[in-house]
Amino acid sequence: MRLGVMRFAIMRFAITRFGIAAALCALTAGAWGAGFKVELQVPRLQVAEYHAPYVAFWVRQADSGAVTPLGLWYDDQEKWLKDLRLWWRRTGRGQSAPYDGLTGATRRPGTHTVDFSELPALADLPKGDYELVVEAAREVGGREVVRLPFHWPVTDATTVRADGEQELGAVELYLAP
Amino acid sequence: MKLLPFAGAALSALMLLSPAAQAHKRWLLPSHTVVSDTQWITLDTSASNDIFFVDKAFPLDGVRVTGPDGKDGEIDNRLEGHRRSVFDVHLNQQGSYRISLFRPLYVALYEQDGERHHQRGDSPEALLKAIPEGAGEVRISEVISHLETFATVGAPTTEGLAPTGKGLELAPVTHPNDLYAGETARFRFLVDGQPVSGLEVEVMPAGTRYRDSQDAWTVTSNDQGEVSLEWPGPGRYYLEASHGDDRADHPKADGRRLQYMGTFEVLPL
Repeated sequence: MRLGVMRFAIMRFAITRFGIAAALCALTAGAWGAGFKVELQVPRLQVAEYHAPYVAFWVRQADSGAVTPLGLWYDDQEKWLKDLRLWWRRTGRGQSAPYDGLTGATRRPGTHTVDFSELPALADLPKGDYELVVEAAREVGGREVVRLPFHWPVTDATTVRADGEQELGAVELYLAP
Repeated sequence: MKLLPFAGAALSALMLLSPAAQAHKRWLLPSHTVVSDTQWITLDTSASNDIFFVDKAFPLDGVRVTGPDGKDGEIDNRLEGHRRSVFDVHLNQQGSYRISLFRPLYVALYEQDGERHHQRGDSPEALLKAIPEGAGEVRISEVISHLETFATVGAPTTEGLAPTGKGLELAPVTHPNDLYAGETARFRFLVDGQPVSGLEVEVMPAGTRYRDSQDAWTVTSNDQGEVSLEWPGPGRYYLEASHGDDRADHPKADGRRLQYMGTFEVLPL
């Protein structure tokens, strides 16, 4: 696995004609350097019974539909994972704990930032068109999916934004080369 | 590949304040509500988040059928399963039946070492005995819940639907077995037999498993205790309301929590 990442870093150096310094920098940092940050709002809802939503993040390749899981917020209750229906079908049901990507507890209402930049799975993505998919499901609540299209690898710093209507507020993807 | 665990989320303030609001919905689901000749019907009961799919079974203690003549009806084939309890009801005469589950209980809320706890029991004395020493903020509540549904052979009647006069109850203005899509139904809510105004009643259409939102709505009772419900379409609906006051019967109880939960079938016309 480690070897694979190293080889990829060198290959990338060749393809993108980055300077030697940049490639060395990426290698010594132990990561490939690009930024992939997600900022999302968990809306505050006026309901009698509130549970923080379970949220899943993954990247889907536009052509092949190939899925790269990025992360999952849940509260160690496997029982509700199936309610993230799209995530469950695409990747969740084939996994078991610990789930792929950055996993953590659910988040309370407010704005939260997750930095996926260091995730090896992202470094392995071939060039192409993708979408970041964010799905939220809340116990005794609703379910919502938002999609943020982007191109990989990133050439210019870009922000992609999509707005949820029920279970998610604004979702922003910050990309940097 | 678990890389960086996120910081644990803070405990929900709501959870601390209202443990009662965290329960799954308990329901009764009749196989038939409007029939044209005498027959047996069957009922499923369960507590679940997705109405009306079974999840957690609960005991059938307190199940009662009141027939059109006001007398107890016949129940058979009680089954307490893992995910649901089931029983059959004999609709053996013309008119309307009320099928209900009524079981008063007590809940103790207390604080210990900075944490809130709650415990259920059959009597305040037993609960007070079970509370650990050093616990503070002890509060005992009487919980009176009416869980019910209705079925009718022939024309709807109201004799068997008379309120008991205890707890939060529904008194039909529109008969609960005379509900049709596109029409407005009116129900009156009573506390200990008296109309209650300002009561919030939540209405939930069946089938949450197959949609992305709850689609519940809330209506508030007027000065006569009445709510108006416009059914968006045919199907089964779950009605839920609760009311708190300090009129507990038991001297050791600090207050009471009254709950009403009903299942209604709306037919297409």
